[in-house]
Amino acid sequence: MNRRKVINFLITGVGGQGALLASNVVASVGVRAGYDVKKAEVHGMSQRGGSVHSHVRWGEKLDSPVIGRGEVDYLLALEKLEVLRYLQMLRPGGTIVVGELKIPPLTVSAGKDVYPDDEKVRRMLGQMTDDYYLVPTLTLAKESGNARAHNVVLLGTLSTLIHDIPSDIWLKVVEERVPARYVEVNRRAFEAGRRAGLPTE
Amino acid sequence: MMRELLSGNEAVARGAYEAGVRVAAAYPGTPSTEILENLARYDRVYSEWAPNEKVALDVAVGAAYAGSRALAVMKHVGLNVAADVFFYASMTGMEAGLVIVSADDPEMHSSQNEQDNRHYAKFARVPCLEPTDSQEAKDLVGVALDLSERFDSPVMFRLTTRISHSDTLVTLGERTAEDPIEPPEYRIDRVKYVMVPGNARRRHPVIEERVKKIREFAETFPYNRVEMGDSSLGIVTNGVAYQYAKEVFPHASFLKLGMTYPLPERMIRDFAARVERLIVVEELDPFIEEEIRLMGIPVEGKSIFPICGELDPSIVRDSAISAGLLPASAAIEIKALVDAPALPMRPPLLCPGCPHRGIFAITNKLELVVNGDIGCYTLGFLPPLSALHTCGCMGASIGVAHGVSKAGIRQKNVAVIGDSTFFHTGMPALLNVAYNNSNTVTIIVDNRTTAMTGHQDHPGTGRTLQGQPTFTVRFEDMARAMGIEHVYTVDPYDLEQVETALRICLEAEAPAVVISQRACALLPEVRRQWLAIELDSDLCIGCGLCFDIGCPALVEAYHLNPKHDHRPQRPWIDPLLCTGCEICAQVCEHRAILFREGVREAQEVVRAPGPK
Repeated sequence: MNRRKVINFLITGVGGQGALLASNVVASVGVRAGYDVKKAEVHGMSQRGGSVHSHVRWGEKLDSPVIGRGEVDYLLALEKLEVLRYLQMLRPGGTIVVGELKIPPLTVSAGKDVYPDDEKVRRMLGQMTDDYYLVPTLTLAKESGNARAHNVVLLGTLSTLIHDIPSDIWLKVVEERVPARYVEVNRRAFEAGRRAGLPTE
Repeated sequence: MMRELLSGNEAVARGAYEAGVRVAAAYPGTPSTEILENLARYDRVYSEWAPNEKVALDVAVGAAYAGSRALAVMKHVGLNVAADVFFYASMTGMEAGLVIVSADDPEMHSSQNEQDNRHYAKFARVPCLEPTDSQEAKDLVGVALDLSERFDSPVMFRLTTRISHSDTLVTLGERTAEDPIEPPEYRIDRVKYVMVPGNARRRHPVIEERVKKIREFAETFPYNRVEMGDSSLGIVTNGVAYQYAKEVFPHASFLKLGMTYPLPERMIRDFAARVERLIVVEELDPFIEEEIRLMGIPVEGKSIFPICGELDPSIVRDSAISAGLLPASAAIEIKALVDAPALPMRPPLLCPGCPHRGIFAITNKLELVVNGDIGCYTLGFLPPLSALHTCGCMGASIGVAHGVSKAGIRQKNVAVIGDSTFFHTGMPALLNVAYNNSNTVTIIVDNRTTAMTGHQDHPGTGRTLQGQPTFTVRFEDMARAMGIEHVYTVDPYDLEQVETALRICLEAEAPAVVISQRACALLPEVRRQWLAIELDSDLCIGCGLCFDIGCPALVEAYHLNPKHDHRPQRPWIDPLLCTGCEICAQVCEHRAILFREGVREAQEVVRAPGPK
């Protein structure tokens, strides 16, 4: 199979939302698929409800762990506002996968700022690429048995967009990375995300 | 061979284990914390959290004097605290390898400054090694220990956030060192290890001579490596900057420095002679650049690349294009966004249920000047609380408050310091308040853990890093032992109690301590007690007072869903976020927010008529 030389993922979200788990899964899947893998993230202060992001790179041979502006192939966002902050990181024509989850920042909750409405979000995404997906992650996660599994729903959708890696590799990595009692919920969440990503009949 | 994806920090821990480190000590600090957390899992290494970096480094020095390989770990500003030790350790040398990990934080992701600690290496005549990825981070720990023993010198091991917190593939090795069966005899050498002036004068020429020898060694050090490519551009670089430069200039010639102090002069001279244009790509200060310039070799660096903040591939590329090192066509295309809205910021903030919120609600009410410190509570400076007015470094709050008191101001002023930070450097400052007798009120916000860095144990938690139960230090006893009479312990979830204690202390006109005791809401045992409270919308008049405490669980209902509630300034309490700390319920003047008891009663009423 003709593999791309480098695939860059940027995973964004709100601290405490599960963005780190999602990026660990993406990194691990890359290793299983035989790529050189690098991952960069920042811990500490930003975890306290702040904006977080994580770089994951797959490639034959990689240098920088950090992705340059305009070089992200897959922008994966667990939250709708957080995707907008990083649009300029995307390669023109790259792919965006966004969870339809809205976490208002404090200034918005207190009525001092306005959260962009869905139409604006879509318009912004559309300016960067035609290849974007808004996934009802929260609804699908709740249907799978736990709202917190919304990050795994998103991974399910992402897995359908990377054609040369079989879904069972993704699922196996997810299962290894969640607590034993949540494996079943996460398996359902992953499958729900996959169904959302695959073209409907 | 098994390859694992490890962060730089995990790799340093693994490297220390494999290289036979027997004693390790640290104080937690981003981006260094995970090194000791990971090392603590190996039972053949004794690992501990020390109260501060100075103590941690003394401990490591002692272990190295006693003949065991030792590691001390700290963030960059931690080395300021440990600097005294760093300098005497350089003077004395040790009996076994000693490595000091300094995790610098370019960009200040979690720090008050972005000081470049390579200057400390030069300052103290200590060699400095810098890995470029996790594999090197693992391997170089052993190399550093060998170097330390060979030259009888401590070795600085410099990481940066992007090395510490980046994962790359690592091939693991085994621990090769044998642990001694019998404890070794302590070798006494008073002339070498007692740094009185007479002995120190003898040692100074020794360490100057040592630097010369290490400089010579650096010429053949395998981690200083020339990678010849196109000779039109030669790049001298180190650490993560090497990775960025490799990505942006894949065809250039490289001199990658694994040892950034002392520098290999002949190697640099030879490299410079083989290339047409010589540049240095390094983060923060022009450390390598200035050393090369002192050799009389023409070189460029900070005239091209920024001195502030961290580098990344985009910054390196854009700077290179501006300087004519790359053609304009090398720019990466970025699509311009039209009509992009201004996005609401999302800074880190005090979590729902954070006990610190209760303290700040009252210091705001009493209009106090608050001298803050380093920890989660520093976030109290953000609006809407805006409750913290100074914060400089670990342990500064109490000394600064004392100084303000002695100078005299119209308002009342207090110090706010966390439990772990109090142990770190707050204790001597409180002793000073007692000794020199100021009316400083010190509020110790004791959330029973080192929260900001991810819940590490400390002398007040009753547990050690390696999970052993131990004595629990009590703040009340400490304050009283210092001679402070006004000592009160309060629950920050009880605003009336906080206010009463603070008022008494402020009126006492004597040294006073208020211990605000309540475990961090994110600790597992506390999470199990969360209970979301609710709004009684009939009683809420929409005054908006509750929003002043800045709790993320309080959402303005109007903005959340205008169809649902057309009146602004009314909260909706997010049941997924609310922990039931009841601080908002106490702030509400109309009793419109139910306390836990009210919530339970309301739930009973709902449940009662239902069929069983």
